[in-house]
Amino acid sequence: MRYLPLSDADRSEMLRVIGAGSIDELFKDVPEEARLQGPIHGLPMHASEMAVERHMTALSRKNMVAGDVPFFLGCGAYRHHVPASVDHIIQRGEFLTSYTPYQPEIAQGTLQMLFEFQTQVARLFGCEVANASMYDGSTAMWEAILMAHRITRRNKTVISSGVHPHYVNVAKTLAQFSEDALATALPELDAEPDTGRLIGKIGQETSAVVVQYPDILGRITDLTPIAEAAHAAGALLIAVVTEPVALGAIKSPGEMGADIVVGEGQSIGVGLQFGGPYVGLFACREKHVRQMPGRLAGETVDAEGKRGFVLTLSTREQHIRREKATSNICTSSVLCALAFTAHLTLLGEKGLRQLASLNHARACEAADRLAAIPGVELVNDSFFNEFTLKLPVEARPAVHALVERNVLGGVSLGRLYPGVEALQNGLVVAVTETVTDDDITAFEAALKEVVQ
Amino acid sequence: MTANPSGWRPSSPANAQGEATTVTGNRALMLEEPLLFEIGKTDQTGVDFADLPTRATRLGGLERSRAIGLPGLSEPETVRHYTRLSRQNYAIDLGLFPLGSCTMKHNPRLNEKVARLPGFADVHPLQPQETVQGALQVINELAFWLLDLTGMYGVAMSPKAGAHGELCGLLCIRAALEARGDKREVVLVPESAHGTNPATAAFAGYRVENIPANAAGRVNLEALKARLGPDVAAVMITNPNTCGLFEPDMKAISDAVHAAGAFVYCDGANFNAIVGKVRPGDLGIDAMHINLHKTFSTPHGGGGPGSGPVVLSEALSPYGPLPFAAKYPDGTYKIVEEETAGEEHPNAFGRMVAFHGQMGMFTRALAYILSHGADGLKQVAEDSVLNANYILRSLEDVLDAPFAKSGPCMHEAIFSDRGFEGGISTIDLAKALIDEGFHPMTMYFPLVVHGAMLVEPTETESKASLDQFIMAVRSIAQRAKAGDQSLKAAPVHAPRRRLDETLAARKPILTYRVQEPAQAAE
Repeated sequence: MRYLPLSDADRSEMLRVIGAGSIDELFKDVPEEARLQGPIHGLPMHASEMAVERHMTALSRKNMVAGDVPFFLGCGAYRHHVPASVDHIIQRGEFLTSYTPYQPEIAQGTLQMLFEFQTQVARLFGCEVANASMYDGSTAMWEAILMAHRITRRNKTVISSGVHPHYVNVAKTLAQFSEDALATALPELDAEPDTGRLIGKIGQETSAVVVQYPDILGRITDLTPIAEAAHAAGALLIAVVTEPVALGAIKSPGEMGADIVVGEGQSIGVGLQFGGPYVGLFACREKHVRQMPGRLAGETVDAEGKRGFVLTLSTREQHIRREKATSNICTSSVLCALAFTAHLTLLGEKGLRQLASLNHARACEAADRLAAIPGVELVNDSFFNEFTLKLPVEARPAVHALVERNVLGGVSLGRLYPGVEALQNGLVVAVTETVTDDDITAFEAALKEVVQ
Repeated sequence: MTANPSGWRPSSPANAQGEATTVTGNRALMLEEPLLFEIGKTDQTGVDFADLPTRATRLGGLERSRAIGLPGLSEPETVRHYTRLSRQNYAIDLGLFPLGSCTMKHNPRLNEKVARLPGFADVHPLQPQETVQGALQVINELAFWLLDLTGMYGVAMSPKAGAHGELCGLLCIRAALEARGDKREVVLVPESAHGTNPATAAFAGYRVENIPANAAGRVNLEALKARLGPDVAAVMITNPNTCGLFEPDMKAISDAVHAAGAFVYCDGANFNAIVGKVRPGDLGIDAMHINLHKTFSTPHGGGGPGSGPVVLSEALSPYGPLPFAAKYPDGTYKIVEEETAGEEHPNAFGRMVAFHGQMGMFTRALAYILSHGADGLKQVAEDSVLNANYILRSLEDVLDAPFAKSGPCMHEAIFSDRGFEGGISTIDLAKALIDEGFHPMTMYFPLVVHGAMLVEPTETESKASLDQFIMAVRSIAQRAKAGDQSLKAAPVHAPRRRLDETLAARKPILTYRVQEPAQAAE
């Protein structure tokens, strides 16, 4: 077995040193009746690298690869070009095969990288501080709701109709078991989200208002009036960003008054990967840092006065606080954070702005061409790289009909909101820099056929 | 302000070994690296874009006008920045990484290769199901292996890591109790448990009570039985436990818990010791998370991503979360999510993540499992236990091993700092190990052993590697018992000396700002 270095001679010699007659003597605490004799029956035996690779490759070929077809899916996961050097960097064994940096003297690489990541996330979101990452955007949003609860000592949260329904479902699931009450709403196929109605739900018992920016339909709304209304009621504004590339083109939530900004970092550096692993982003005001969940890298000095970095404020964490911890989260998503930070370092501010412009320009072009198809309407007035079309037919079967024409043509609102009649004709279309003119042409032609 | 903003001090005195200083602060292959914010420029980029079309925007009047403050680097500078940083990390690729309860085993590179196949890496989570049959088959195949290896009934694949899996398991338990109209408030946790166990129970809305250990490092069965009652929802057990010992009374514990109407949650962090040898389902476990990043070799990556599928008993399976991959008799696979859950999985407690879980970890774990097969996985458990016992017996004469007398350990060996003199403690031994080229063991955990040192070598270490580690620990242990004060200065050969954690917590600097450098705490 190629991953096991001990030889039979080693095993015998080691058993002799231990003073055991057989390996089974080492398992003597396991009750006899629970001990399996021989390999578990009915399972395959070990296999060569070649055989395993062949099997896995065969499975991979049963999927339609996004890069092989005109591809327009978004809704929380975006296909961007990731520079080759990013994947090289995250495969450095010293990053890939290290553990959580509990011994900072021999983990400065990870710790400095996380300090840089935190700084980039904070600046991108327009916040003062950020943590070293969360599982993903949806869990980051729930943690933000809990954090607002701790800060305001209130437990009523208003969630905008524009928040990703899976994120809302995660929050609803966990709210059943905490003492949080969530006010949620379904989106409508309007050009602008109904900010007035959202503000109207804010009351003196509201802990936080949660708004996605851009929202699930791709719309971009000024968060300033929502922040003002929330603050006037003593509540916090939580902004959720599922496409951080957008922040190369539009104002950050922090600039508009958001107190906590969370997001999904997948679109920078990480890739699609059928939904995971991704990387949750989490930023907030400095005055709230001790209520923030997750790991934090902080600057300090060593015994010689040299600058160095450590995990800090761990008194908030479960391994110290146990049942009094701010969160039960132990693992973060450090390797994905490395991919994010390396890609953002390659981009820099100049590159991020160019990337954002290119996404927006491509999306504008696609929106105009698709909305010119008879019967197809563009819902949005504003958007970044994702917009919603109202089709003259149900979008869910249309998506399957597009697959038959070799086009992955967006996400149907029917899938995200099953049973909601008013949304069944909605199709959310994402257009990134990876989309070519030919892709748009192919999508346009296929959609024309499908909606006829 | 120093002229050199990057943190190293050319004027630092020669270190304890009397090495000469260098003008750069570098020491041959050990290269210092400034922060990105000290070397990057906002108008520098390492990515080329085609010329941009200029056209009106539709950004709702919210164009970003202010500078963001994101420095960039060219590609060569980027590669060098991160390569230099990487070399300041210890890693399993470099040597033995004996962190107890962390299972730092070799990460096979085949796993990395298959996870990067375009058919897995470049697939969107919301693609129509007919276009992701291979991905669903991976999830399904892995799920069946996990069920066969644990002897359980169902599995929730979506939890993102161990603690997330714990939460999933407790929420299943809560849902099952509520379904029978049984409102219970307490979760019992042994005092040797991982800190995540009580944190998770609190997160799931339960009150946590500790149950004591007996002198042999096991759960005190009588104390547990005495505490069980109609208010107890679950008992969270780690087996093998965090002292590296199997709970021989596990079946009796499960029976007692079930008789009281409660459920048994097992922390599967230590599954590596028993994979292929013992099935938790045979011991009466109702729910157990499996850290794919421990037992099944997906890389730890400096602290995640992990992956924490939860295997469930028949009683709990109906309550598992959405979404999941199901196989149909015609050989096709489907994602059961909110749309069809009403017919196919009506009692799901809800959803834990936006998408399907850690697909990138599933492909790696499946490749690992297929590589080992049933015979290889059994050998994994045996070799990991053999390696740990070899360390236990090779060190017990120089380090206090509180449970060694009671027999063999499982996959990790525990020692205490009893007998260290002159104020030398566990941390000093650990830091001295760094100078010897090893990552330290888990320190001061579990809390039930004074100055605990928990050593988990894993099965991927050769005998030669173990022998070198044993030699290093023996030498340092003898110095610790002699009260050798030079241990307090360790490490002296690492990229940094001991770091001032008090200062970091008292005046947190969490992001880069142009500022005076941090000053040592007094």
